[in-house]
Amino acid sequence: MSSPTASTASTTSDEAPTRRASRTSRTSRAPRAPRRGDGSWRSRLYRWDTKASPYAFIAPFFLIFGAFSLVPLLYTAWYSLHHVQLSSLSTQTWAGLDNYRNLFSSDFFWNALKNTFTIGVLSTVPQLAAALWLAHMLNYRLRGSTIWRVVMLTPYATSAAAATLVFVLLFSPDTGMANWLLHQVGIGAVNWRESNWGSQLAVSSIVIWRWTGYNALIYLAAMQAVPADLYESAALDGAGRWQQFRHVTIPMLRPTILFTVIVSTIGATQLFAEPLLFGGVSGAKGGSEHQYQTLGLYMYDQGWTIGNLGKASAIAWSMFLILLVIAAINLLVSRWLRKSSQ
Amino acid sequence: MTTTDVTLPRGPQRQRRRVMGAGKQLHAGPVTYTALVLFALVSLAPLVWTAVAASRTNTRLAQTPPPLWFGGNLFKNLGTAWDQAGMGTAMLNSIVVASTITAGTVLFSTLAGFAFAKLRFRFSSLLLLLTIGTMMVPPQLAVVPLYLWMTDLGWANHLQTVILPTLVSAFGTFFMRQYLVQALPTELIEAARMDGASSLRVVWHVVFPAARPAMAVLGLLTFVMAWNDFLWPIIALNSQNPTVQVALNELGTGYIPDDSVIMAGALLGTLPLLVAFLLFGKQIVGGIMQGAVKG
Repeated sequence: MSSPTASTASTTSDEAPTRRASRTSRTSRAPRAPRRGDGSWRSRLYRWDTKASPYAFIAPFFLIFGAFSLVPLLYTAWYSLHHVQLSSLSTQTWAGLDNYRNLFSSDFFWNALKNTFTIGVLSTVPQLAAALWLAHMLNYRLRGSTIWRVVMLTPYATSAAAATLVFVLLFSPDTGMANWLLHQVGIGAVNWRESNWGSQLAVSSIVIWRWTGYNALIYLAAMQAVPADLYESAALDGAGRWQQFRHVTIPMLRPTILFTVIVSTIGATQLFAEPLLFGGVSGAKGGSEHQYQTLGLYMYDQGWTIGNLGKASAIAWSMFLILLVIAAINLLVSRWLRKSSQ
Repeated sequence: MTTTDVTLPRGPQRQRRRVMGAGKQLHAGPVTYTALVLFALVSLAPLVWTAVAASRTNTRLAQTPPPLWFGGNLFKNLGTAWDQAGMGTAMLNSIVVASTITAGTVLFSTLAGFAFAKLRFRFSSLLLLLTIGTMMVPPQLAVVPLYLWMTDLGWANHLQTVILPTLVSAFGTFFMRQYLVQALPTELIEAARMDGASSLRVVWHVVFPAARPAMAVLGLLTFVMAWNDFLWPIIALNSQNPTVQVALNELGTGYIPDDSVIMAGALLGTLPLLVAFLLFGKQIVGGIMQGAVKG
């Protein structure tokens, strides 16, 4: 990887002294850059290099991101206004708002929206609460603190697919570990496959298991950035551990908590692999009665099982709009919280 | 990569922590240790049980109580998963895909992150804002057009289909930018420029050496994400040429109706990342915490 300046210079012998001079100047750090107004091709090249290089450095990111994420985003909007069938990809006819009308009059869409919401709450709230508690404990002086952190993060190494395959067995209604453990403590078997809340709880538990440690580390990082003197003065005021946690840690962590709420909400809105594989052979229906079909799953079902890519595009854009609304609500709530705390 | 390298630019924070540890940071009591052991058990038990189930037979898994200790069928099941469930091809494909994505993401993120951190150009703050904003866009918004285009190109089932769209990362760009803002002294770049060094030379001799610890951490995080990517690979690839996640998806939908083999597949597909966690756990933990403070 040699610079254009250096490689051309090495081919012409009369440029060699300049090069050597610049090399010695590197050690003495004397400004030896080509002067302004010096009309030589070299200084022009240098100035052009300074101007253009920032754009060259960000170009790969924006080109690839544009081509494979931004442009498709707009095309998805375009396709959502067309009839596009998986069986005949080349014939795309204008549909207007048909796909959206079709969508909003479908019970399955509202069911998927409701499931996404309930599974989202069931998985996010306990997850973040547990993560906060875990981070608080990891913030004590511990023996082998790094090992504890790595252990808590190991579920993150497991893919959603692998984790779900394991949890499907653990939650097997007849022979699974979950019902066996419940039986040991005298609680009757739960039908984790068919029942509405049972299956949603099972799917949520996969998300909770995979992400609690990850979020705990994010909280832990924020806790370690809290200035120690805040705790000191709280202790001087007679605050105990719990009061310090409530009145110092939580307020200082508010931006981080908001950040994890937003990230978890985005994750929950697009939840897909867990409900898909939890369904096993029943495929993308999300259970026999669609009891845990999320929006992400509904989109895949409409697009690649039924073959209606136009409708799948409409679902994708609905998801996006929902996310924007949630982001706006998050912003308003955080602003309101900040105002009320002042 | 040495430990000093990783923690070097975080000097002030470490110091603060040390002050806290010396005076105020409380020692964990027995209650805390008990709770932590419980958390650790919940974290590890499903993984250990995967190995237990993979070492049993399908018939045994269909009986109660569920097995709690290892049986003798582990290697037989691993072999079946490797050959018949396509986990062998899948592992090779995933290594190719995840390594390429990691290399691309680390390189392009470092270049763009450097430009955003240290160079002045028009619309830089607007473009950075755009980069951060794009982290909110779910992958579902891209898959329909991508599927149509890749089918047109005849790229369905080829690995480049899953590599190209994820070759760059908004998170990675932001991560490198945040790191380089404080880890790379601006005077160092100016000195090199004074000496007439071209931009590429500056990147090679100044930026890359300064960014190396963060590049390593970003590489680890990207590899984990690329290895576990699910939605687009299962649309773009099928069982003829799968990645690990595609093969696991096939297993989960009844491709081979044997639970012990399915568990063996899940174990195989997770093993490379577990090894990575064993070797680089400290760095991965550090990377997530570092990204959090600055993000």
